[in-house]
Amino acid sequence: MSSLAATDAPATASPAKVIQPAWVRVMHWINALAMILMIMSGWQIYNASPLFNFSFSRNITLGGWLGGALLWHFAAMWLLMINGLAYLITGFATGRFRKKLLPITPSGVLHDVKAALTFKLGHDDLTVYNYVQRLLYAGIIVVGVLIVLSGLSIWKPVQLYYLVMLFGDYPTARYVHFFCMAAICAFLVVHVALALLVPKSLRAMIIGR
Amino acid sequence: MAKRSFLISGVDKRLLIRDSLKVMPDLTRRRFITGGASLGALSLLTGCDVVDSSSAEEMLKTVSKFNDAVQAFIFNPDALAPTFPESAITKPFPFNAYYDLDEAPEVDGKDWKLEVRGLVDNKKSWTLDELYQLPQVTQITRHICVEGWSAIGSWTGTPLRDFLKLIGADTRAKYVWFQCADKDGYNSPLDMRSALHPQTQMTFKYANEILPRAYGYPMKIRVPTKLGFKSPKYVVSMEVTNEYKGGYWEDQGYNSFSGS
Repeated sequence: MSSLAATDAPATASPAKVIQPAWVRVMHWINALAMILMIMSGWQIYNASPLFNFSFSRNITLGGWLGGALLWHFAAMWLLMINGLAYLITGFATGRFRKKLLPITPSGVLHDVKAALTFKLGHDDLTVYNYVQRLLYAGIIVVGVLIVLSGLSIWKPVQLYYLVMLFGDYPTARYVHFFCMAAICAFLVVHVALALLVPKSLRAMIIGR
Repeated sequence: MAKRSFLISGVDKRLLIRDSLKVMPDLTRRRFITGGASLGALSLLTGCDVVDSSSAEEMLKTVSKFNDAVQAFIFNPDALAPTFPESAITKPFPFNAYYDLDEAPEVDGKDWKLEVRGLVDNKKSWTLDELYQLPQVTQITRHICVEGWSAIGSWTGTPLRDFLKLIGADTRAKYVWFQCADKDGYNSPLDMRSALHPQTQMTFKYANEILPRAYGYPMKIRVPTKLGFKSPKYVVSMEVTNEYKGGYWEDQGYNSFSGS
């Protein structure tokens, strides 16, 4: 009997709903690694010619010096760009972006921001993003596209001149690149904090359910 | 050929620190490695033991060579660097090197000769007066430093491709390799397609004045399609060659193509 029960169990138990499909999980963590490498090496590159009146502590930078940081930055960029492109294509092709991130209405965002600030924002069903999540996730995708485009402009200001024109000129593209990094770091703080506050969302990004 | 080893070995720490990387208190070759190895996630990227620091270094060197190839592929010989009006010129145009200005080479223009070597028909050396006789053009372009900053300047001189033609250079060769008078012997390879770019210039004047010491008297090579360190100053010789002979910064880890 016990053996029968054991074999029956998986067939009868309804499998937990998949919250994050495998491709999202794989690309999410590849992106996380690529972002960390890009940001830490980027800080070291920034230090060679700071835009503002501060430098990043060498304890949190990657590469040791400008040359090493550039090697890391221009290696990790492939990981970031290829993975990011694959994510965008899959996100659009599967309709995931449309299903998960749209619509984003001002009233919806306002309502959910209020609810979040009063700790009344529910997250019982992790498959449905609230309006704050939709806005942040859609926003960070736009920032991700911008940081790659501004980065390409800085890297190839002659060959990709039309891209530079999009930002105005080379120095402006540098500032855009920096502020996109700042936006991603701000997003990361909120994103990681909330993932830790709602551990089942972190679990879903690891095992899918 | 005696090629310097990769990254920072063989380079005076003091000089490097005084250079662009003023923010670095304790630069050593190992810092680059430990900076990488401390990142546990690195093993995911390299698939190898991160404690074995040379494997990370090898991986980065390989990717940098791959990036050279990608950039050579992207490089459009007809794409011109943007030019600017005189009003856009950065004043003062910054002096930048791995030494202070008072350590910059003081070249006597009367004794100086440009040596020409390698795969060329006419290996005669050129005096400054002879070079000044060649037709000159002026460009106002943006100089972009590997450090990130940029400045717009006005450079006047002879297109390098005209000079290469004049000396009967084999333009099927891979590189033009420049040696300079800077302390510790600056040198840098320039790929032939970039050397033949219409804006690549043997520069004799800055802002319509004879090139001052700070900017590379008596001659610099201005390559507006590449990062600043690929525009050598105080040039004493050029060699047309198929051999990759390395360069001062290239050997320390700066990407060799470094195209803009």
